[in-house]
Amino acid sequence: MNGIHDLGGMHGLGPIVREENEPTFHDEWEGKALALARIGLAGGHFNLDEFRHAMEKIPPVEYLSISYYERWLEGTIAMLVEKGVLDAGEIEARMKDLS
Amino acid sequence: MTSDDEVALRVRALESLLLEKGLVEAPAIDEIIDLFENRLGPQNGARVVARAWSDPAFKDRLLSNPTDAIVELGFEAVQGEDMVVVENTAAVHNIVVCTLCSCFPWATMGLPPVWYKSAPYRARAASDPRGVLVEFGTNIAAEAEVRVWDSNAELRYMVLPERPAGTDGMSEDELMALVTRDSMIGVTRALDVGGEVAP
Repeated sequence: MNGIHDLGGMHGLGPIVREENEPTFHDEWEGKALALARIGLAGGHFNLDEFRHAMEKIPPVEYLSISYYERWLEGTIAMLVEKGVLDAGEIEARMKDLS
Repeated sequence: MTSDDEVALRVRALESLLLEKGLVEAPAIDEIIDLFENRLGPQNGARVVARAWSDPAFKDRLLSNPTDAIVELGFEAVQGEDMVVVENTAAVHNIVVCTLCSCFPWATMGLPPVWYKSAPYRARAASDPRGVLVEFGTNIAAEAEVRVWDSNAELRYMVLPERPAGTDGMSEDELMALVTRDSMIGVTRALDVGGEVAP
């Protein structure tokens, strides 16, 4: 499927911004988002192609405006809901409980 | 864009639900984070490159059967199961991108830097690699060929940079210090003998 992820050759996206001494993760949640996705994959709840597709289905404007690990997080949640591991709305309800 | 606090809360919610359902154990999360923060990284690829510069037989194996040659040095990880190593020479300069997302050889280089995953790099490495190289301070002779390798889920590319001039007597450990992550992506050369980025 072509879509916003298919960025090769696109014009007008600006300079490449580099960061000196970049840490592996910029915040604890980034490492956790990656770990939870890996565990979802390892547990067989979804496979890598499905996961990638879930991220590619993020609406284009959102895809470009959220950070890399937010895409991982949203891809993981979308997959777990699609596979029936989580109910739709369960994340939001838990967020409310935790805040 | 959601705030960092809200994203962090969303991750906590996901984590707590998966822990509660017994689908995740806390030590497994820590183990994965430790793997990426401490054990996988460009120091592994630098060892591979320094060995190839020092040992011609290893270099032959690395170019003909990269995955096995890398495993030989003990570097094995997901996202490194099928490796391709491309050699930079005076005549050919290779650079690596993943236009569709962020595919990267985790076994030799760990996770990619943010710029590698960013939209501008993914877009322009494919259409204007020479312009990207200039942006990274790397000047490639007009008569040299520039090859762009677009990584994918099945194949992970790593560049074998050119061995810098004046390094003949150096040990493998000394050579390792000249091999940067960026030089193995191909956007820069290896450091020169004085440890500076070479144009």
